[in-house]
Amino acid sequence: MFKILKKMELSPGVFHFDIEAPRVAKKALPGQFIVLRVNDEGERIPLTIADFDREKGSITIIFQVVGASTQLLSQREAGDSILDFVGPLGQPSHIEKGMGTIVCVGGGIGVAPVYPIARGMHEAGNKVISIMGAKSKDILIFEKEMRAVSDEVLVTTDDGSYGIKGFVTNALQQLVDRGEKIDQVTAIGPGIMMRSVVEATRPLGIKTIVSLNPIMVDGTGMCGGCRVQVGDETKFACVDGPEFDGHLVDFGSLMSRGRMYREQEAEEKDHVCRIGLGGEK
Amino acid sequence: MALSLEKHKMPEQDPKVRAHNFDEVALGYDEETAVAEANRCLNCKVPQCRKGCPVQVDIPAFISKIKEKDFDSAISIIKESNSLPAVCGRVCPQENQCEKHCVLGIKGEAVGIGRLERFAADCSMAKNEEIQPIQYAADAQKVAVIGAGPAGLSAAGDLAKKGYKVTIFEALHTAGGVLSYGIPEFRLPKDKVVQKEIENLEKLGVDIEVNSVAGRLFTIDELMEEEGFDAVFVGTGAGLPHFMGIPGENLNGVYSANEFLTRCNLMKAYDFPNHATPIHVGRNVAVVGGGNVAMDAARTSLRLGAEHVYIVYRRSEEELPARREEVHHAKEEGIDFRLLNNPVEVIGDEKGSVKELRCIRMELGEPDASGRRRPIPVKGSEFNLPVDTVIIAIGTGPNPIVASTTPGLDTTKRGNIAADEETGATSKPGVFAGGDIVTGAATVILAMGAGKKAAAAIDEYLKKKRS
Repeated sequence: MFKILKKMELSPGVFHFDIEAPRVAKKALPGQFIVLRVNDEGERIPLTIADFDREKGSITIIFQVVGASTQLLSQREAGDSILDFVGPLGQPSHIEKGMGTIVCVGGGIGVAPVYPIARGMHEAGNKVISIMGAKSKDILIFEKEMRAVSDEVLVTTDDGSYGIKGFVTNALQQLVDRGEKIDQVTAIGPGIMMRSVVEATRPLGIKTIVSLNPIMVDGTGMCGGCRVQVGDETKFACVDGPEFDGHLVDFGSLMSRGRMYREQEAEEKDHVCRIGLGGEK
Repeated sequence: MALSLEKHKMPEQDPKVRAHNFDEVALGYDEETAVAEANRCLNCKVPQCRKGCPVQVDIPAFISKIKEKDFDSAISIIKESNSLPAVCGRVCPQENQCEKHCVLGIKGEAVGIGRLERFAADCSMAKNEEIQPIQYAADAQKVAVIGAGPAGLSAAGDLAKKGYKVTIFEALHTAGGVLSYGIPEFRLPKDKVVQKEIENLEKLGVDIEVNSVAGRLFTIDELMEEEGFDAVFVGTGAGLPHFMGIPGENLNGVYSANEFLTRCNLMKAYDFPNHATPIHVGRNVAVVGGGNVAMDAARTSLRLGAEHVYIVYRRSEEELPARREEVHHAKEEGIDFRLLNNPVEVIGDEKGSVKELRCIRMELGEPDASGRRRPIPVKGSEFNLPVDTVIIAIGTGPNPIVASTTPGLDTTKRGNIAADEETGATSKPGVFAGGDIVTGAATVILAMGAGKKAAAAIDEYLKKKRS
């Protein structure tokens, strides 16, 4: 069992959990993920590591309630435990000194997994410019954390309630327009955002890394459910990734695969639980 | 009394009924039938059957005990060489092993050795006997086992009995490996058989740590240098599923058999939404491949509600690698075998979901490297099977995580860990390996045999290390 040390609701439906998992925390590196299971009937949920504290022995995860499983997780309180917590999984981000100027782009709750990468890049002495995108100011997360590890932060909101009105690609364009020499972009967020970033950097020839979070079961290479087309190869996000060269990723297939169980789960959402499990529907 | 040329029939669930439930298909012999079947054994002076058994169970001896109705002795004899008899009695391909060599097989059917093994194991399990934990010496040496599948469980059991303190590290949240995630409930009951075998191992004193991915949570070097393990056995199994590399394979509705079976067996997706993991089946399913895993996936699809399930296999019936009994059961349940057919493309609809599987007919040519006649496509014979789900069951390759994080551990060209066939010794001192990670995908019993041999070799190694 893995204890929840801390729980915060960052914005409606978006939660921050610190989970006690000292062995995982000892090994975790930026870019890696964990798989958790709330209870014996639960799904295995993959989540990218948002932070780790080796001294406290904790791993931070940030998640949004999107279905029954994340709903169930969100109902656990600090002091409760979850049944299974496995990691760190996947390849860590490539971070070293002398990589130059790195633009870290986080969209929505994608800011959380980009944070340890920005921090790692910053600690390695690289120049870090962060772009944080959200629908509006009140659901922007991790701003303070991102500012602490970035040389510069650009915020975009869809509704213009804070920072630049528009999308993360508008902020990226501003950097390009002012002549910023960008050596690498790391973008994490919804598929559609990552695709837009990749399409923006492709003509400029800027190396762009994306971190994918496809549907998976085991997270160790066994099921192949997380396969993604990268160039002319099929890769498994869990063992080959989760980070890939964004210019080679087939986002169409990736996003379509992400919708695989949507209908089935939507049907289930309409189901009214008679034994009080599902919470509010 | 004239000797029956045929085995005593195994009582089974009616095919029409069982195709819609996950209960075990074969119900097992009762005492009377078991004794009668045991009496078919001629107790040959030079028993051939043992030659076919990868763990050399003393088959004539245990069968003699069943004849005498001394079932306790029968199971003791089996357990001397086989730590998971209730599993092997159910899933071993006996027709290619022990029963292949039985002299009765020349004129009729071999003795039902597998069925008798299962009978003895089930009798013993039903008695629920106390297992005495091992009393370890204060300075007992420690062995780490990576992977709680057949190879690891068998190595762990043998090592514990020799007095070593064993910890098994399992990546998934449940021990058992393929016994838990792969082989379906209707062929190998999880609570009744698999979990019980695992519990027995724990009662013996073996520690099992689930949620522990070797190579990520710790390296093999760390286990040996920092955590005080004197030897390591790697039995991580056949990890990554192979796909065909044909167009459309990433469409929604295309599964690897590993994923499909894991969702159903390990995550209990058949009980969605009570269990939260979903699975997609649809009305028509095509399973590609002809091995046991393909049969399992096909029969699971049927039980999940598919109306029509095809097996698409590129060779002919004779080459089907599955156990004969599985093929027979699958046919009884109404699986539609499309032999000498090979998929060339998965065709999707506008939403990106599977709509059809395009296949081409094959014919058999000259024998290939495997000795089987090579299938050759018949030009212009393509046709489309209308299906909602395609399950690829054409085999698996080795998982790279342990090998890639263990310096000094040599692998073969295919990425399998290179290990001595007799001892499991690898290029790294103190590290042994066995099962599918060494041989490529094979059977439960071969993996168990490898675990057993490695346990003996580890014992030798540690004795030498100590002296």
